[in-house]
Amino acid sequence: MSASAPTTGARRTGAPAARARSPRTANTLLGLLAWACAIAFFLPIAWMALTSFHSETDAATNPPSLGAPLTLDGYREFFGVGGGASPWPPLANSVTASVVSTLLVLLLALPAAYALSIRPVRKWTDVLFFFLSTKMLPVVAGLLPIYLFAEQTGLLDNVWLLVILYASMNLPIAVWMMQSFLREVPVALIEAAKVDGARLPTIMARVVAPVAAPGIAATALICFIFSWNELLFARVLTGVVAETAPVFLTGFITSQGLFLAKVCAASLVISLPVLAAGFAAQDKLVQGLSLGAVK
Amino acid sequence: MSTVASTTTPARGSGTTKASGRPGGPSDRLRAWAARGPLLPALVFLILVTQLPFVATLVISLFKWNAYYPKERSFTWFANYQEVLSEPALRDSVLTTVLLTVTVVLVSLALGLGLALLLDRSFAGRGIVRTMLIAPFLVVPIAAALLWKHVLFNPEYGLFNGLLHWVFGDGATQPDWIAEMPLGAVEAALVWQWTPFMMLILLAGLQSRPADAIEAARIDGAGAWQIFRYLTLPHLRRYLELGALLGSVYVVQNFDAVYTITSGGLGTANLPYTIYQTFYQGHEYGRASAAGVLVVIGSLIIATFALRVVSSLFREESAA
Repeated sequence: MSASAPTTGARRTGAPAARARSPRTANTLLGLLAWACAIAFFLPIAWMALTSFHSETDAATNPPSLGAPLTLDGYREFFGVGGGASPWPPLANSVTASVVSTLLVLLLALPAAYALSIRPVRKWTDVLFFFLSTKMLPVVAGLLPIYLFAEQTGLLDNVWLLVILYASMNLPIAVWMMQSFLREVPVALIEAAKVDGARLPTIMARVVAPVAAPGIAATALICFIFSWNELLFARVLTGVVAETAPVFLTGFITSQGLFLAKVCAASLVISLPVLAAGFAAQDKLVQGLSLGAVK
Repeated sequence: MSTVASTTTPARGSGTTKASGRPGGPSDRLRAWAARGPLLPALVFLILVTQLPFVATLVISLFKWNAYYPKERSFTWFANYQEVLSEPALRDSVLTTVLLTVTVVLVSLALGLGLALLLDRSFAGRGIVRTMLIAPFLVVPIAAALLWKHVLFNPEYGLFNGLLHWVFGDGATQPDWIAEMPLGAVEAALVWQWTPFMMLILLAGLQSRPADAIEAARIDGAGAWQIFRYLTLPHLRRYLELGALLGSVYVVQNFDAVYTITSGGLGTANLPYTIYQTFYQGHEYGRASAAGVLVVIGSLIIATFALRVVSSLFREESAA
């Protein structure tokens, strides 16, 4: 690309030296611009991280104190060392709700994706689009009946209700993602294994899993992220016992005097699992978020 | 490309249902059910948990029902809809939802396009830049909203006013961002989170561009702008549509940012927040359900277009 552009430019315009150098300069400038944008977008997060290590008084200065001494006080406050609500039960609830619901999703989505890609049933595209359409309906519209149901059955403030709801929330995405990953498994390979007398579990473990495993892992990570982030259901359906980490964060909505370092520490700690999962799934993130439509 | 498609599709399509035996015979039907079997648990689960509540919402929306006065529950046909549509607060929230969604989606789409174009080239540290740009999308939404509300927007010691102070000295203006532009504040926080999403989708689109056509255009003397206008943009069209529609589907439902940054005050209450409030604080079950049904109708309109785009991209991908 870069080799042919200057030569054609030289041939057509007849101004060799000037034309040849400008694309490279432009490229450097655009690279710098990309860096500037990245820094601007990342600045709030970097600032949040820095503030979380400042003392409350240093965190609340104007102009900001960049070089203030670092301390772990914000984290001590957040983890309830100096009294106050402990974040551990909400964090544990979040782990249960996201991990168990993700496992449930995998359990339900894997066979479904198999039936939609490797051995597709008739009208499989219709089924696929039915799955997708359920994802497009706003959850808020189903909230009240779910609340009433939970109230009647004594499931209010129960983390297992969230497990079920999060599984249903992520199932369409998971089915879509996984069928697109399973589609990459060569059919000839499966047929060959069958001819050799391999049965379904063997085929799944030996032929399908090695090809589809990275995709399945990415699917799991994305389901985990969405469950971990969810606030509306958790806010309405849980109370003291089953409160999740995002609900715990709602305690910071109204200002409580000097509490910036604590807010930053809390936000960062609760975002860390999502940041880790997201970066781990970075390469497949687009495919997952676009429901498998973009690779 | 076409040879791959023609060898794989028949093997996948016909190998399952019409494998052997008389058509419509018992073994054939058994086989069809065996193929459908793996699909059933997921389908049943999804219908029970997501579709049933919608039906219930539809039914409740036809009742006059306030949880504080359970004895006065009665069937009222479409009275709730009439109320919802005539009540200024709810009508405003419809407008707010549209405004919020359109602004956030368009701005983050434009920014995402710019960033995707910047990233669609090789330069030093491209991987790090990409990672840094994705990060905002990977902050828990309510944590991001808290970050904007307290750490960036705070009029006394927020980062924005701190930077103004730094750059312009003691006489710098120190606006109360959230009070002065409440909807803008919510939109800014959401744009920050959704731009990376748009960037990722558009970057994938850019990278799937046919390289030979661009090379040919360049050899023919096409400039960068001409290549962008006549080759890149038409190719990106469906990726732009997909980003806009998926973004809309998610932003229409946004609850976290509105709830956190303004608590629905100062004219920022969107439909999800209003429904939450009507039901959770007002206990107006009937009215909340009617508003819910209206949101579903609105979403279905977006969803129809979204599904069409997904299906056209999908058909292209599976044919390739």
